[in-house]
Amino acid sequence: MEFFRIHRTFPFMRHALVLNLISLITFVAAVVFIVLRGFHLSIEFTGGTVMEVHYQQAVQVDDVRDSLQGLGYTDFQVQNFGTSQDIMIRLPARGGEDAGKQSENVMQALQQKHSDASLRRVEFVGPQVGQELLHNGLMALLFVVAGILIYLGFRFEWKLALACAIANLHDVVIILGFFALFQWEFSLSVLAGVLAVLGYSVNESVVVMDRIRENFRKQRKMSVSGIIDLSITQNISRTIITHGSTQMVVLSMFFFGGPTLHYFALALTIGIWFGIYSSVFVAAAISMWLGVKREDLVKPIKKDDPSAEIV
Amino acid sequence: MNRYPLWKYLMVLAALAIGLLYTLPNFFGESPAVQVAGAKSTVKVDNTVLTRVEEILARSNITPTGAYFEQNGPIGTVRVRFDTTDVQLKAKDIIEKTLNPDPQNADYTVALNLLPASPNWLSALGAHPMYLGLDLRGGVHFLLQVDMKGALTSRYDSLAGDARNVLRDAKLPSNGVERSDMSVVATFPTADERDAAASELRRAMPDMVFTNAAASGGQFPLTGKLTTTAQSLVQTNALKQNINTLHNRINELGVAEPIIQQQGADRIVVQLPGVQDVAKAKEILGRTATLEIRMVDDSPSAMAALNAGTVPFGLERYTDRDGRPLLLRRQVILTGENLQDAQPGRDQQTQQPSVNLTLDSKGARIFRDVTRNNINKRMAIVLFEQGKGEVVTAPVIRSEIPGGQVQITGSMSAQEAADTALLLRAGALAAPMEIIEERTIGPSLGADNIKQGFDSTLYGFLAIVVFIILYYHMMGLFSALGLTFNVLLLLAVLSMLQATLTLPGIAAIALTLGMAIDANVLINERIREELRNGASPQQAINLGFDRAWATIFDSNLTSLIVGVALLAFGTGPIRGFAVVHCIGILTSMFSSVVGVRALVNLWYGSKRRLQSISIGQVWKPEQK
Repeated sequence: MEFFRIHRTFPFMRHALVLNLISLITFVAAVVFIVLRGFHLSIEFTGGTVMEVHYQQAVQVDDVRDSLQGLGYTDFQVQNFGTSQDIMIRLPARGGEDAGKQSENVMQALQQKHSDASLRRVEFVGPQVGQELLHNGLMALLFVVAGILIYLGFRFEWKLALACAIANLHDVVIILGFFALFQWEFSLSVLAGVLAVLGYSVNESVVVMDRIRENFRKQRKMSVSGIIDLSITQNISRTIITHGSTQMVVLSMFFFGGPTLHYFALALTIGIWFGIYSSVFVAAAISMWLGVKREDLVKPIKKDDPSAEIV
Repeated sequence: MNRYPLWKYLMVLAALAIGLLYTLPNFFGESPAVQVAGAKSTVKVDNTVLTRVEEILARSNITPTGAYFEQNGPIGTVRVRFDTTDVQLKAKDIIEKTLNPDPQNADYTVALNLLPASPNWLSALGAHPMYLGLDLRGGVHFLLQVDMKGALTSRYDSLAGDARNVLRDAKLPSNGVERSDMSVVATFPTADERDAAASELRRAMPDMVFTNAAASGGQFPLTGKLTTTAQSLVQTNALKQNINTLHNRINELGVAEPIIQQQGADRIVVQLPGVQDVAKAKEILGRTATLEIRMVDDSPSAMAALNAGTVPFGLERYTDRDGRPLLLRRQVILTGENLQDAQPGRDQQTQQPSVNLTLDSKGARIFRDVTRNNINKRMAIVLFEQGKGEVVTAPVIRSEIPGGQVQITGSMSAQEAADTALLLRAGALAAPMEIIEERTIGPSLGADNIKQGFDSTLYGFLAIVVFIILYYHMMGLFSALGLTFNVLLLLAVLSMLQATLTLPGIAAIALTLGMAIDANVLINERIREELRNGASPQQAINLGFDRAWATIFDSNLTSLIVGVALLAFGTGPIRGFAVVHCIGILTSMFSSVVGVRALVNLWYGSKRRLQSISIGQVWKPEQK
């Protein structure tokens, strides 16, 4: 069995301009969504209390709302969570009230209405912790981008490194755009997923770049765009198979992993597909616009031949 | 040809053996156990307690499956493992009765616990199962913020008292010594007196820096501040003392394997696995209290002010636990810092219930002076919880109390005495704390999380294995075996490091599987490509592995950069994810390159005239 019977090199770069335009539009759209709609941040970032309550019998969300309103809450959310027996409640942090008391009071009120209510999970985060998490998340992002730029610049060449970094940031922004557009909950595990995608998608770009470098060495007469086309074509079956495999695991997480892993898997799914797209079309095309040349890659390789390392 | 030297095969074999050995403990589950810890800081739990427990059990014909003693810092614990919960409960009752003949004054806490059920020979090899995070086993997690400003404020309060004592002992008159925000200010009628006092204070209190402030209205103030090193010492001490206090309080809860750790400069993480009574846990922790001893003003003018509802200058109004108001002097005689222990007991003559306090040497000295000068007056012990002060007890001083051993008696029951003692011990927090993060996970949710995490990993793994074998045939099987090897190594390394497995960690294992297969796909595609270009099978294997290596190395290293960044900046779930992610990248590089290569070499390498490799169909374009 072989899926990809490739007769000729696909002229990816002939359409580079169109594809890059599509990228640009998606990117701008993502930025617009992020700016206009913002994120539906989980309480880990905003501070507040989340409670998961389980009932023996199905329960009306409105019932729970009434109980909470009875406690004097105005800005809260109640939703079903997985099944009609599970309820998720989000409460804002109330100044002066002890966090511990808050969930106890709510549980008391809920149990008054339905004695079968049982608490499955409480999470309370103070506002200062949220601020720090946000800060640390941004720091991690910055560190990752800088680290990758430095490593790729050292290992390849600055044009490819920059192209890679741009392509991968593009993926991250688009994932964030999805989360902003659909107002999916952005939690710490989603952040971990987004950052993992960053690594994953760099991974993909590196494989393509490696091929480009190798072909620059082998095909002395071919044009730059020809070499990029050839490299992508040679890699395309590996790209699809690898990502297909990863996607299988991620889908398994999506379907069997329960609510906690749901958005994590979603972020990864978007990341995987845009990761393929960006490393094939965006990274390669940008390095072409940046004017990558044979001399950029072949010269240092004399000293730094990858095959020389293995022997 | 494609043959490994013997040592490489042996290395892979050794890795496999170690992987199996250290993964093994994770499969045995947990068995019921009883845990014995000291209930008081004066009771030391050591190996003699272990032999005692073993004797007790032998006398009652209960055979444990294992008994262990563990020393964790200053705290020793004895754990005994049993076959069934029935035996466990029986054993707990017997141990508790024998070790604590007087339940009112228990020396030990005896609690039910779960211990890994792995056989003793595995534990002897240092092979232990991974810890399960709270999200997998259920429990409570708190992040407490220590109010460092509060710690400094109370330190300055007691420093002001010290300065007052120094000046009085040196017979240097002052117009008053008070704490003013984050400094101690002493005022003097003349500049000369101020200079004399300054040199005396500098000598007696080397931790402070004294500077003259501008004189106004015939007052010559002297300002004292702590040096920065002394300040940071106050803060680290406050944190340490709070952690100790939390340890004591949680020990009273009888929680198995609590985690109480410093996080950052001013935070404390408390994790209580398996605790379901959150309200009780919070009540004990939430008693974030500080303790102060002050004098009660019972003078007629104060009583008149109390009745009129006004508070004269220099006094503060508090209520006791029955709601009766009291007027206390602002001046703090002692704080919880000077209180070493508080235990319930009985008066030796009257057999009345009492609370016995032990003060440190500085506290004892101050206490002696204060009691000598205030016989037949009342002193109040005030407990501050969440910013509110309450008088726990306000006994009358009957005589001078030297030596720092204080006994409080009065109309209280034995239970009240025990409660008061617990409150006072709880009051020995050096600085107030506040819960800034709380997570409670019910046991059913934990079990669900394990199942969901396990299922998603398993199904993902199976999907990959089926696909890869269909697509690459024999080479696919090798890759699948390599992937299994990777999981084994990953779990073994995590168990060796005694890492805590969380749900994001399980997600990272699943993701690692998905990404680890990349290396094998790269290798297999390369081999196909070499075959397509006309290389002989043996050559193709060799070239395929070699050429793919540079790419595998590059791509894994970039992933590793991301992993390290997550580890450095991540907290909570991100960290759990990052640890597994980083280790997974390393094990996957080893298993997919060295491990799979060893299999391939073993299978194909010795065949001299290899005609074809079972790697699925290799399609060649027709024009070639």
